[in-house]
Amino acid sequence: MTIPTALDPAAALKAAMPELTFDVDEFRGETSIIVPREQIVAVARYFRDTPGLVYNFLSDISSVDFYEQYGGYGDRPGRYAVAYHLLSMLYRRRLRLKVYLPEDDPVVDTVLPVWPGANWFEREIWDLMGIEFRGHPDRRRLMMPDDWEGHPLRRDYPLGYETVMFSFNADEIMKHKPFADE
Amino acid sequence: MGIVSSKLGNLGVVTTTLDEAVNWARTGAMWPLLFGLACCAIEMMSTQASHYDMSRFGMELNRASPRQSDLIIIAGRVSRKMAPVIRQLYDQMASPKWVIAMGDCASCSGVYNNYALVQGVDEVIPVDVYIAGCPPRPEQLIHGILTLHEKIRGDRIAEWAT
Amino acid sequence: MGQSFGAVSGITDVDGPTSVSTWEGNVDELRGLVSERAFTGETMLLNMGPHHPSTHGVLRVLLELDGEEIVSCLPDVGYLHTGIEKTIEAKTYEKGIPLTDRTDYLAPMSNNMVYSMAIEKLVDLDVPYKAQIMRIIGLELTRINSHLVWLGTHALDLGAMSVFLYCFREREYILEMFEIISGQRMMTSYIRPGGVWRDFPPEFLPKLQAFLDFFPRRIDDYENLLTGNPLWIERTQGVGILEPDKALAWGCTGPTLRGSGVNWDLRKAVPYSSYEEFDFDVPVGEHGDVYDRFYCRILEMRESVKILQQAIKKLPAKGPYRSENRKYVMPPRSELGQSMEAVIHHFKLWTEGFATPDKDVYVAIESPRGELGCYVHGTGGNKPRRVHLRTPSFVHISALPVMSEGHLIADLVAIIGSIDIVLGDCDR
Repeated sequence: MTIPTALDPAAALKAAMPELTFDVDEFRGETSIIVPREQIVAVARYFRDTPGLVYNFLSDISSVDFYEQYGGYGDRPGRYAVAYHLLSMLYRRRLRLKVYLPEDDPVVDTVLPVWPGANWFEREIWDLMGIEFRGHPDRRRLMMPDDWEGHPLRRDYPLGYETVMFSFNADEIMKHKPFADE
Repeated sequence: MGIVSSKLGNLGVVTTTLDEAVNWARTGAMWPLLFGLACCAIEMMSTQASHYDMSRFGMELNRASPRQSDLIIIAGRVSRKMAPVIRQLYDQMASPKWVIAMGDCASCSGVYNNYALVQGVDEVIPVDVYIAGCPPRPEQLIHGILTLHEKIRGDRIAEWAT
Repeated sequence: MGQSFGAVSGITDVDGPTSVSTWEGNVDELRGLVSERAFTGETMLLNMGPHHPSTHGVLRVLLELDGEEIVSCLPDVGYLHTGIEKTIEAKTYEKGIPLTDRTDYLAPMSNNMVYSMAIEKLVDLDVPYKAQIMRIIGLELTRINSHLVWLGTHALDLGAMSVFLYCFREREYILEMFEIISGQRMMTSYIRPGGVWRDFPPEFLPKLQAFLDFFPRRIDDYENLLTGNPLWIERTQGVGILEPDKALAWGCTGPTLRGSGVNWDLRKAVPYSSYEEFDFDVPVGEHGDVYDRFYCRILEMRESVKILQQAIKKLPAKGPYRSENRKYVMPPRSELGQSMEAVIHHFKLWTEGFATPDKDVYVAIESPRGELGCYVHGTGGNKPRRVHLRTPSFVHISALPVMSEGHLIADLVAIIGSIDIVLGDCDR
């Protein structure tokens, strides 16, 4: 069996989808390809199935929130990003696909048809970051209780520090611990 | 327990108070609820396993059912999602029942001062003994259990049987 | 039925907590996830966990049962969700290390390692050769440690009590070694960005050598108890079969994937930390059932012993155990009394930490459970914007329905044990 020679992912994508506009970011030997969110499923399927690329394994889906307390998210195209980490077991290399999502409409298509393993990654991101995956069959929360409000991993969600107890605020804090002095 | 039989000869008679007899029975065969949450549960397992051997204190039998146990060791961090479950398990245990908060997370949430965790399990259930450490060594857990035994030996029937 | 149960039996509501737990979730949410027969009452919905002795912590599984057969299986996690990723965002990079220990609490050094490697990649920090070998010693000890807990609890779930006692005896020995090198039994925080925390104390290597001398015989003991045991074979062979293509599609890694016959180990395929210099085999199963996953891990422990033997020989006697790059790594204590610069670096690093570029990296290592990945996105400042841990337990629990559907409910215990889940690893 001969293995087709490895292709450069960005060049191959340019040749295969000439109408697609995308950016390429190289950092410390990692390649990120930033694609429009409408095209993510087509691009993912292309990278999975094309000989010479064969990114057959979905390692991880992560999400980032670029919100800053003062100054918004700068010159990035959107507040949120979803990063898909693909792995090609044949060529032993990794690739990151990235989509940016606007603040008022954080919706992206699900890649569930391409990799069934994306199921829980997407549910977790929906639960913790509030990014909706269109077409995902399971809309229940994964990590937080069902009646939880908000999406905790967003940068504008408070971490929820409990204040340190001193004698002046001891009564206030002990109110939350009704069983502590029994 | 007053060992008077040796003084009186082998009559098979032991005199004691009811308090002491009851408390001796309670401390000698305390069955913990098999309930591990996080890292501390692994140390709790170490305590029960061969090296530290908790059966020396009559505690080798971990019951999976709250109905059959009198001690719940909260071994690990308690999330907001877990808190109602813990409360229900505690309610299902038959009295008398005791609680040990094992580790910093169960005692005061430890290094995690954040949205996801209950800031100390005493927000949900009353705690008898707090054990510090992240995670506590098995020796510390054994010390905590012996502290609880001491507490139980001080109980008086007149105080809880009214 | 038409009539409510209360009206028939004359039971009325009582105040206060009752023992009867009722389903409080919205049943309609389950439409499409369980079969339609569940809503007509033909099959039974059974809740297993979060407090169940064989769920390895606080996993809850909602089972749809037809008699004893599992029709569908919906795992529910989050009972140990700790907000570690969010908490790391509020700390400087080095202060995040103790938090990573506590995600996968059976393999703390793997978590330290992957987080440190991500930071090293983000700021382009070198790791001296001696530190790499020391890391490998820590990682392989961690692997044995984690597999021992897995073996003990897995056997305990299936009714073999004595294996548990033997495994924890050896584990205590490893924990003593961890205590020698790091001062803590479980939460070591030993591997730091740029190297390791401190050099091995002189008593460590003899103790390690003694361990390597007796441990292979102990593995023989476990195998005598389990490998050929007809009861064990009956419970595990042919149960929970995961085909290789499904395992890949669902993202399974580690022994769960190798048990299905896929030869994929990141230590071999994408070597890190000088693993390419070591000579070891990757055990691969054939059938993808519980037994193959069990046997892969047993063989992995033997391979780890081989790696440790080589690592002791390779370990340089002299040399730095952490990077000399003072912008990111603490100066040694001895320099503080002599050098003003060292004092400045010490102060800067412990107060404000170091800055990283506003970029993202993803690194992955082979943890005892599978591919453990870490995605770090810097802000340009001293705190990360996002740290995401891709944890193998999380992925494997999501693949649990694939393995368990069609099996008996008693086999689910074997299957959960065989994928070696740690709920802290899953929920983070």
